[in-house]
Amino acid sequence: MKIFKIIGLSSALCLSVMTLSAQETNEVEQLKKQLQQMQDSFDKVQREQKQQLDALMKQLDTLQKNQTTVSAEQEKLKQEMARPIVEAAPSTIVPEKKPWSPSDPIQLFGAGQSYINVSFDGLFTAGTSTADDIDALQPGGHDPKQRGFTVQNLETTFEGKVDSYLRGQANIVLQIDPDGETIIEAEEAYLETLSLPWNLQLKAGQYFTEFGRLNPTHPHAWDFVDQPLVNNRFLGPDGLRNPGARLSWLTPTPFYSELFLGIQNSQGETATSFRSAGGHAHGGEEDEEELPFAYRHPDNDRGVRGLDDMLFAPRYAVSFDLTDSQTVLAGVSGLFGPNSSGQSGDTDTQIYGVDFKWKWKSPNHIGGFPFVSWQTEVMLRKFRAGAFDWDEDGNGGDADGNTFADEGVLVNSATGLPAVLSRETLTDYGFYSQLNYGFKKGWVAGLRFDYLEGERGDYEKLPLILADNAGGGETVGLDLERARRWRISPNLTWYPSEFSKLRLQYNYDDRQSIGVDHSVWLQFEFLLGAHSAHKF
Amino acid sequence: MNFKIFLSLALLAIAPIAQAKLNVVATLPDFGAIAEEIGGDKIKVTTLARGTEDPHFVDAKPGFIRVLNQADVLLEGGAELELGWLPPLVNNARNGKILSGKPGCVKMSRGIALLEIPSGSVDRSMGDVHPTGNPHYWLNPANGKIMASQLADVFSELDSKNSTHYRARLKKFNERLDQKLAEWKKQMEPYRGTKVVTYHKSYEYFADAFGLEVVGQIEPKPGIEPSPTHINALIPRMKNERVGLLLIEPNRGRKTPEFIAKSTGAKLVVLPGMTGGHQKAQDYFGLFDYAVAQITAALKTK
Repeated sequence: MKIFKIIGLSSALCLSVMTLSAQETNEVEQLKKQLQQMQDSFDKVQREQKQQLDALMKQLDTLQKNQTTVSAEQEKLKQEMARPIVEAAPSTIVPEKKPWSPSDPIQLFGAGQSYINVSFDGLFTAGTSTADDIDALQPGGHDPKQRGFTVQNLETTFEGKVDSYLRGQANIVLQIDPDGETIIEAEEAYLETLSLPWNLQLKAGQYFTEFGRLNPTHPHAWDFVDQPLVNNRFLGPDGLRNPGARLSWLTPTPFYSELFLGIQNSQGETATSFRSAGGHAHGGEEDEEELPFAYRHPDNDRGVRGLDDMLFAPRYAVSFDLTDSQTVLAGVSGLFGPNSSGQSGDTDTQIYGVDFKWKWKSPNHIGGFPFVSWQTEVMLRKFRAGAFDWDEDGNGGDADGNTFADEGVLVNSATGLPAVLSRETLTDYGFYSQLNYGFKKGWVAGLRFDYLEGERGDYEKLPLILADNAGGGETVGLDLERARRWRISPNLTWYPSEFSKLRLQYNYDDRQSIGVDHSVWLQFEFLLGAHSAHKF
Repeated sequence: MNFKIFLSLALLAIAPIAQAKLNVVATLPDFGAIAEEIGGDKIKVTTLARGTEDPHFVDAKPGFIRVLNQADVLLEGGAELELGWLPPLVNNARNGKILSGKPGCVKMSRGIALLEIPSGSVDRSMGDVHPTGNPHYWLNPANGKIMASQLADVFSELDSKNSTHYRARLKKFNERLDQKLAEWKKQMEPYRGTKVVTYHKSYEYFADAFGLEVVGQIEPKPGIEPSPTHINALIPRMKNERVGLLLIEPNRGRKTPEFIAKSTGAKLVVLPGMTGGHQKAQDYFGLFDYAVAQITAALKTK
């Protein structure tokens, strides 16, 4: 097309040049110049087209070459397939034939190179509790949330080899909240290298932080109906997960020993204990229901200014076989990152964890039974809270111009002024310990103990009241987000097969300043699609 | 000059690695046992599952990650038997040599005609039906030959300087197996055509090799524990069909099989499903020696 246009144009130009020959020479000069330009662009187009043609020819060549190598490879493969058959020569041999199965990868693209394993897991509970505030009693994001039925987790997992270097996984979770609203969460989506040199492995994307044992485990793989309390308080109702990258090193020791270092964003809803609160929240709807952590309004709209605005997660794990049928896996983990109670580099949180698992599995097991396993995680949190004056602009009210007597402002009843909170380090600790006994094929009895405790902070010792408009207010006192509580949970699980389960659990809860509650939950699960492999 | 010294030092450093034995990791003891026969002292074999274990439900112990990390060759069943525990271990091992498609990743089922490949569509209401076919294929000695032949090929390819060693051992293995197979068949000949009920579909290949006829299972469906209804229907059927032999794995509960054996007059024989499943079945030949001895002893007294 281009060529025709240019030829047409240039011939038209030639014609006009001839008819205009009688005119002034400078015009001729001009035209000559124009002609030269046309000629140049024509040449250029020709050159480009030749280059394109060459490139195409080259591509064609390589394609042909590939074809020959492919068929050569096919030939080689055929020979290889034939070789053991000829040598062994037993009576009946047919080539491997593979009908499709539910556990097979679903081939999305015909070439058989790009495929994913897809599975869907549905997790539900039905039950009841004596508590009026089931939301606070069962604080986990996937815990039973109400009397009657709860949709805990509807999880779709995509997994497979990306190419010869990477493996990819994505877990998309749907939940139906007590109001009947469907919530969607991109829980995990990450890549992982398959064979980096020096025993290294890189993981990158959105993923559960490898802190302890339970945090990176999805709810359907838990041994109990609900999340351990310590995980909930320190790592958040949905578990600690954020975009980031992690490098791990498998040490060249005779036993298993692995060193992890992760770096993730420290802000966002799923970064509990760090910069989980959004924006610079004051007053308004967000604060009406609950006060900010340690009563400091979050100062969190700074984004990332430096490395100290990131979350670091080192971990070391080691495993030994005590005997042929007893294995121990132990780990120490840490989390270091800023929190939102102060300025960048000013306030930070440290969480330390120790985890331990021991398992005995009969050397003559059937279907993995009988077994006994014991798992414990202990965590300590140091939360450095910044100083905070509820009278932020010094006019006796908050930043929105509310005076100290307005609703939602924290007032020191001794002074009658908005509260002034000093800088302090808040220490919390807790643990859970669980024992599981698979006594018969498909049957597991479990017992878990949860304990949480917080050392009283200075702010809890102040005579604080949450002001109302009538000049009075509600006394604050003990911070329930850090108060002592414990729980004991016996349960019984029946696995009709690897792909379904039924679990009955009783919870005895004791919460400081609230009291004792009893709950009974029946959990049921089904799994469709790819056979998920079990990790230790 | 310096470079030469460096080079010789480097070579010295590499030398022990080059001389090291081929590091072979087998998922199941039968694969490990055949590898030992072919590799001899030129390879080092580590087996993940033990012979007494249920191979479908082996724990994915973290220690296995390190074992796989150092492997030159991974021998796996290739028939989905290890699906529940092997893939995450291999993914975490950071070992390019044993990734699928590499010469160090050996599917032992290659070239073997698997039995009971479902012809129609399969779903999980049928129990643990393996869409690729019954995975207990090592219990036919003829399949042992096919596996041995593949191993000799793989070892020769990866460790070419010892290829004559592997070829010679393959020849020896085949000769010994032929001779043993003739012996076993002779011993089993009087019982050819004996009807057999098994606990699980573990012995189809064994039956196929020695002319036994499997007519039913104690499990109503693969992997599903027996119900009283199923047992009540099985017992009269076994009597009708004059089933002479009841085969179970060592780790099955004895109560139900003993009850069935008593009710029907069939002889109950506990047979290891894998090498190492009994202390007298510590290698591939021992497995069949023991099995044949047990069965012939049980049926002789009849």
